[in-house]
Amino acid sequence: MRPFAYERAVSAEDALNRHTDDAQYLGGGTNLVDLMRLGVATPARLVDVARLPYDRIEHRADGGLVIGAAVRNSDLAADLGVRDDHPLLAQAVLAGASGQIRNQATVGGNLLQRTRCPYFQDVTKPCNKREPGTGCPAVHGDNENMAILDPSPHCVATHPSDMAVALTALDARVRVRHSGGEDVVPLARLYRSPGDDPSRDTTLRPGDLITAVEVPGRLDMPARYRKVRERASFAFALVSAAVALDVADGTVRDCRIALGGVAHRPWRAHRAEDALRGRPATEASYRAAAEAELAAAEPLSGNAYKVTLAVNVITAALAGLGEDA
Amino acid sequence: MRIEGRAKVTGEAKYAYEYPAEDVAYAFAVTSDVARGEVLSVRAPELPGLITVLSCMDPPDIAPVSDAELHLFQSRTVSYRGQIIAAVVAETLETAREAGRLLEIEYAPHEMDVELDADHPGLYRPEKVNGGFATELGSGEPADAFAGSPVRVDVTYATPAEYNNPMEPHATLAEWTAPDRLVVHDSNQGSVVVRDTLAQIFGLDPEHVTVVSPHVGGGFGSKGTPRPVPVLAALAARAAGRPVKLAVTRQQMFATVGYRTPTVQRVRLGADPDGRLRAVLHEAVAQTSRIREFAEQAAVATRHMYRTPNLYTGHQVVRLDVPSPSWMRAPGETPGMYVLESAMDELAYAAGLDPIELRVRNEPETDPDTGLPFSSRNLVACLNEGADRFGWAHRDPRPGVRREGRTLVGTGVAAATYPAMTMPAKARVRANEDGTFTVSIAAADIGTGARTVLTVVAAETLKAEPDAVTVRIGSSDLPRAPLAGGSMGTASWGHAVARACEALLAKLGDGLPQEAEADTADELKNRPQYARHAFGAHFAETAVDLDTGEIRVRRLLGVYAAGRILNPQTARSQFLGGMTMGAGMALMERGVLDLEFGDYLNHDLAQYHVPVCADIPDIDAAWIEEADPHLNAMGAKGIGEIGIVGVAAAIGNAVHHATGVRFRELPLTPPAVLPALAAHGLTA
Repeated sequence: MRPFAYERAVSAEDALNRHTDDAQYLGGGTNLVDLMRLGVATPARLVDVARLPYDRIEHRADGGLVIGAAVRNSDLAADLGVRDDHPLLAQAVLAGASGQIRNQATVGGNLLQRTRCPYFQDVTKPCNKREPGTGCPAVHGDNENMAILDPSPHCVATHPSDMAVALTALDARVRVRHSGGEDVVPLARLYRSPGDDPSRDTTLRPGDLITAVEVPGRLDMPARYRKVRERASFAFALVSAAVALDVADGTVRDCRIALGGVAHRPWRAHRAEDALRGRPATEASYRAAAEAELAAAEPLSGNAYKVTLAVNVITAALAGLGEDA
Repeated sequence: MRIEGRAKVTGEAKYAYEYPAEDVAYAFAVTSDVARGEVLSVRAPELPGLITVLSCMDPPDIAPVSDAELHLFQSRTVSYRGQIIAAVVAETLETAREAGRLLEIEYAPHEMDVELDADHPGLYRPEKVNGGFATELGSGEPADAFAGSPVRVDVTYATPAEYNNPMEPHATLAEWTAPDRLVVHDSNQGSVVVRDTLAQIFGLDPEHVTVVSPHVGGGFGSKGTPRPVPVLAALAARAAGRPVKLAVTRQQMFATVGYRTPTVQRVRLGADPDGRLRAVLHEAVAQTSRIREFAEQAAVATRHMYRTPNLYTGHQVVRLDVPSPSWMRAPGETPGMYVLESAMDELAYAAGLDPIELRVRNEPETDPDTGLPFSSRNLVACLNEGADRFGWAHRDPRPGVRREGRTLVGTGVAAATYPAMTMPAKARVRANEDGTFTVSIAAADIGTGARTVLTVVAAETLKAEPDAVTVRIGSSDLPRAPLAGGSMGTASWGHAVARACEALLAKLGDGLPQEAEADTADELKNRPQYARHAFGAHFAETAVDLDTGEIRVRRLLGVYAAGRILNPQTARSQFLGGMTMGAGMALMERGVLDLEFGDYLNHDLAQYHVPVCADIPDIDAAWIEEADPHLNAMGAKGIGEIGIVGVAAAIGNAVHHATGVRFRELPLTPPAVLPALAAHGLTA
């Protein structure tokens, strides 16, 4: 193995000070350590931030949450306030990984986990995300589980997090500490499209440290997370959907729709939401809204099924909520 | 309970890589990045702690054996991506891996050919298929009889590359205790075959080689034939002049230790209107590598299943620039019976018959292959027992009519079979002065419960308490025994142990200690001729999500007729394990071939999916009491493999029953299923 330094930060300031260009922050390590074993990640220094005092979940009166970045995924999903006020979030977290991994993984690490694209994870093959300029074999190779929305000729990888999909639907923001102070960044601005620089998953600058996730007050509408995969647990999504639906007098007053497994980032389906608000709460409306979103899909040779799948999953998930409403 | 259960769950049981050795060094295998080509140069890095490098640039002196995969570093030709072409030995495992990464290998790559195709111009008929079976067999006029049959099914199915992936990787600790003496701790399915192979390769007297393997963390066939790992460990230890440990990584297991070949199989069934078969034709195509001919015997089970006056079974393989396929749980039967039993379901629909009734009507009186009587055959009893337990009687045969919201539900059945072999073995048993007994045999417990079952066999024969019997297995220094494979381990070892115990009983009147040995070779050679096979039936209920194409197995039942079941607990585990592996085959397992790079892309367990507990909510195994006097001392048939045979067909048949759509390519994942449901107007 390649030697690396391991340091444990005692505060955010300390973490920022210890971070150097060749360093990486270490959360639970469930993804980064794997990538180091594979030679995909080669940090010279690991700054462990999992023990910083960001292991609490703050509950606000309106149901809003401030989730510390070091909170373990299992603790987040088991938190009674989270389960009561944001069942969508708890469902999404529990849909990811396995019990053992959720016990270890942190919220900050979950947000910043890397794609599981098979080419990205294999250092004997080219990959623009891993080694910019080497090419993207997935465009013409095995792309069954690659992106269909907003792809780039340079990268068709998908973002793997379930939690981030739910947080995207919930309009969550992250608190980012950096040498100049602290920013609050909506998830929509944290993640980025691959464009011509797929090596960057997020807009974070080197050394930026996520300390917390802010979730606005509770959604006053039923919501659910639906994840599709060929085995019943412990698999990344082919497609997932976080949906919420507010129906009054048979009409959709409000809705939230976010998708996983379809793009380089958790995908907020604004077009579908816009198309659905004010429409009758019928399966036909849900489908039309889903189709409006997926009209922009650019499937590859092996993943056209995802277009149908995404439309069906949005439709079925909304229809399930419509029945409950 | 398993005798070594406590040792295993407390971590006290040692596996090959865990044995300590003084001054041990660590080897790491380096594999090729091209699928076909020549190695031009290998340059070692300057790295403190690096002891030596092995590669084809300096071929070590070893003798060839029939499997060229073991003739390491003798040729500069690269035969597949992921082939072991060099190795590094270092002071620590970390240094070894780093040295492996830094090793500079220059190739002259050649154009590769990696894709199996039923029309591949390189297809040929091997001299024999695995197991020594005839490549082609025919009786009557199958093609004409098929053409003239009133009811016909002519279907082609495809199965993908599948991986065994036992939890413990292939691993060896090799120590040269003298220039002509080799001791290895190794993870394998048979210490004797590893010993004999190493002795041949290194030109040693077999008596001077000891292979120790008391605990093995699974094999599923992949450790049945020695793979390159023990050979490389011994080479590295010789080169380093120190004990050396070597384990392949999970990723390397996808190329270096075998897998189930993908297959393309055409089955033609011709029948009378009442379902009685007139013709059965089963043609199987599979791949093998450039350096090892491995001919999966996919159509062989069809020779034993149903009565028909006209039968053809044949095999072809093609050599591709791919890793060498090898044994994987029920090799031959698993892919072959998937196709035959799917085709039988198709015939049931074509003939308008219940699929169980169709099988009952085609039950043969004697073995269709040899004409010999069966030593016992209770397929029909298994089907009937399973039908009772599963609630088959009120099944509506119409496909696509059981809807629960957005889900379609269906049930399916398939038959299972596996040969019941008993091979020659030796065993020794000693009556100790303290009234205890010690049984010795070079058997292997790869997680099956062999040690526990052999204790039961010895105790029963000796009329002693199991606590008074100690069974020593897992070393090539013990009396010679066959490997744990082909579902013949327990039958073969147990037979020898029982015979040795019987011989000891005759001596017990003469005072203690006493010792007796048995060698079952002559007895088995002179056995009367019978067709000896286990049979079974699998039942599945599946739910198909019309929006997503997700298929979940709701219920899985296996009923078996496998002679006498020696230990219900370990037998049940074997059956359930096989069935679970069958569910994986049906729903998720697939090596994804990358056409640009020529390797199987999804080479770890995060990407190559096997079932998790949530996939198997309701699974059960049962068996028919079967008294068969023509087998062995216990009346037992092997059970390690039959549990997987036909499971994928039962699930596929259930999916057809649920949806009315017939899928003929595995696995049945949403990317494959959803478009077909949409094409049949079943979604939206």
